[in-house]
Amino acid sequence: MADIVVTDLDHTEHADHHDVKPIRKTAMWVFLGSECVFFGAMISTFLLYRNTTNGGPGSEIFDIPFTSASSFVLLMSSLTMVLAHNAFENRDLRQTRIWLTGTALLGATFLAGQIFEFTEFIHEGLTLPRSPFGSSFYMLTGFHGMHVALGVILLAAMAVLSLSGRLYDDRGLNVELVGLYWHFVDIVWIVIFTVVYLLQV
Amino acid sequence: MTADLEKAEAAPAEHDADHIKHPTPKQYWLIALILAIVTAIEIGVAYVDALDGAPVVTALLVLGAIKFGMVVALFMHLKFDKPLYKAFFLIGLVGAIGMFIVVLLTFRAL
Repeated sequence: MADIVVTDLDHTEHADHHDVKPIRKTAMWVFLGSECVFFGAMISTFLLYRNTTNGGPGSEIFDIPFTSASSFVLLMSSLTMVLAHNAFENRDLRQTRIWLTGTALLGATFLAGQIFEFTEFIHEGLTLPRSPFGSSFYMLTGFHGMHVALGVILLAAMAVLSLSGRLYDDRGLNVELVGLYWHFVDIVWIVIFTVVYLLQV
Repeated sequence: MTADLEKAEAAPAEHDADHIKHPTPKQYWLIALILAIVTAIEIGVAYVDALDGAPVVTALLVLGAIKFGMVVALFMHLKFDKPLYKAFFLIGLVGAIGMFIVVLLTFRAL
């Protein structure tokens, strides 16, 4: 009986903590599921209009070697993210900070590559209003880029929080949730790279 | 830094149960290496002149699906997590694929 009382007291002490975390993680998975549909709609739209160039540039202007390098950078950022999460679980704040910062830098590198790519395409005549192909391409890759940008901000915020020792404050986002979001951004790019770039070569 | 360590030690061991099953950092590096190799194969397949049409499309979709599955299962830990999380993600994924097929069939683009 005494054991039961002690167990109950211990459970009550962390009741808020144990109740909130699974709910937030479930909410994140629901959000990611809904994001699948969102990007599914965008990819479908691109495939519908992939040949509707209105005489303007089409997929022939894609620079596959350059985009492959960008894809590799984003893929490797998933590795640094999972290493950050692993360090976070092992209570190694220094390693967590290093890997979080590395992930943010790789994300920023990918974004810089995307901005360069967009600039090149605009110089070659592929603008947003030029054709349905251009509109659907920029909407899809642009929205993905915005997701990457948000991820970079979240990663930078996590790195700053680790400096003040608030990384284990469980009231807001934590490394695991930001990690899930980041990996999702990566898997969306895996699909975009295959369907939008490689299949159009 | 001391404050960091104190905070870290004071934090409840919320992930311990999950952590036992997760891959080690060495395994994460190995997974990343496999992903990089699959990406290289993808790029190679896209440029092989001998292959054209359906074989290329099939090969690229299969290779993309392998990468997608590895990241979701091993980096996002969905393989080790609760079935509820898998269900929510699969509902979204199946919804996306279903919508994709319906849209392309409706506009006769498939």
